[in-house]
Amino acid sequence: MKYVCLVYADEYRLHSQPESPEDAECMAFSETQKAAGRVVGGEALEPIATATTVRVRGDEVSVSDGPFAETKEQLAGFYLIEARDLNEAIRFASKIPPARVGSIEVRPVRSLEP
Amino acid sequence: MDNRRDIHTALEAVYETHSRRVLATLIRLLGDFDQAEEALQDAFAAAVDQWPRKGMPDNPRAWLVSAGRFKAIDRLRRASRQDQLLTGHTVIAPVPEREPAEAAETGDVDDDQLRLIFICCHPALTLDARVALTLREVCGLTTEQVASACLARPATIAQRIVRAKRKIRDAGIPYEVPDRSELPARLEGVLRVVYLVFNEGYSASSGDHLTRPDLSREAIRLGRLLEELLPDPEVRGLLALMLLQESRRHARTDSAGELVRLEDQDRELWDRNLITEGIERVNRIIRAGRFGSYTIQAAIAAVHARAKRPIDTDWQEIVSLYDILLRLEPSPVVALNRAVAVAMARGPEAGLVELDQADENGQLDDYYLSHAARADFCQRLGRIGDARQAYKRALSLTRQGPEQRFLAGRLKSLAPEDEKSCRNLERDVEK
Repeated sequence: MKYVCLVYADEYRLHSQPESPEDAECMAFSETQKAAGRVVGGEALEPIATATTVRVRGDEVSVSDGPFAETKEQLAGFYLIEARDLNEAIRFASKIPPARVGSIEVRPVRSLEP
Repeated sequence: MDNRRDIHTALEAVYETHSRRVLATLIRLLGDFDQAEEALQDAFAAAVDQWPRKGMPDNPRAWLVSAGRFKAIDRLRRASRQDQLLTGHTVIAPVPEREPAEAAETGDVDDDQLRLIFICCHPALTLDARVALTLREVCGLTTEQVASACLARPATIAQRIVRAKRKIRDAGIPYEVPDRSELPARLEGVLRVVYLVFNEGYSASSGDHLTRPDLSREAIRLGRLLEELLPDPEVRGLLALMLLQESRRHARTDSAGELVRLEDQDRELWDRNLITEGIERVNRIIRAGRFGSYTIQAAIAAVHARAKRPIDTDWQEIVSLYDILLRLEPSPVVALNRAVAVAMARGPEAGLVELDQADENGQLDDYYLSHAARADFCQRLGRIGDARQAYKRALSLTRQGPEQRFLAGRLKSLAPEDEKSCRNLERDVEK
């Protein structure tokens, strides 16, 4: 099965805690997991201040700044992985370095009905 | 004729002993809860039909697994003939094919029951769903029975179970016993569900009745089953703890359903058989030298169980056990219980000091037992005003009828401050 591991963290805390991961650690983790064939894709994201929200209502395209929801933790990155089942996906998620300061939401990928 | 009746009695016995195990194996073989349920019913229907004519098979369980699987495959074939497609039916991680008769003969069957327990108690499910699913699938209660045990409407429970099964399927929760590295944490989760079921039965968190004995009995049965399948020290510890708590059930409430404190309980009402079994179990685990917090809690219950009269209680021993428990599981609630033991061993003044320390950061401020303990210590020290205040705070924090009436009774037993306010309080409690 395919799962997405969404990495959520408080942006201000993400890089400032004693247990915060350095970029080098995240890169090394990502490379190893890719080499092992577990990771299909994934990226770290720029902070939420850089985000833009797009909606289409009728024929109107509306563009606004930021995501509209006020949340304690923001989406900081994601992995798309291949795992046998949820337990394997959880095992993967528990090794993602920012899991130590934030949280990982594990979601199965839904295949669209043709 | 007699022979037929014998077979029917035997069938009922087979259902009692084997239906859950057969179900667990069918879930593995068919990869689907609902198909397995149907297959189980079909298998027993076939047994009712065939056994009286052909006699009991040598291995009823293997026969039932085989029949259930056959019926399920038959059903799928018919369905596929009807709509010409057979897709997407395997929903739980598929397991390699093997002869069911052979599988039923091997240790796999025990593993199937463990798999079932671990999938029902998976931490990705809500705690409510874990409880409902465990009672329904592992204990074999009907949806109506689960509903009445959980004080919910059957429709609510049915929906909860459907949602949980859907999550198991869609999120890919596997039908497996976690591997060794994950087992301790996952087992802890299972024990938590078992103990929650027990406690809901022993000390219902809401409603007018203090206990729901059926739930406690189910929890003890689950504990025994788990012990058989996975003889881990903490499984044994939890079982001993439940047995010792259960031994006091009939003494915990009086004829009017009111709560009776440990020190006021009629110890003649304690169940000696459960106590003997519980104490033996605790001793055995401690002698073996590997134990965790459930065992220590059981050991504390055992000290109480050994005391013929309240005054014979070895409180010093209990304080030492709480010292160990606090190291294993540092929590304000454990510290509170330790404070109560200290008050018994060394007097209410010492108890108050410990209680203040336990509540250092105010974590116990919303916990009624903390205020009830404070009230009791103050009362014993003659600080009636403080006691009254603490009883009132405790009263405002509990939702349970009997607990409320107990606290109101204690409050009333203090030198009356103002008759009217006590009466008002009683009226509030009655509501």
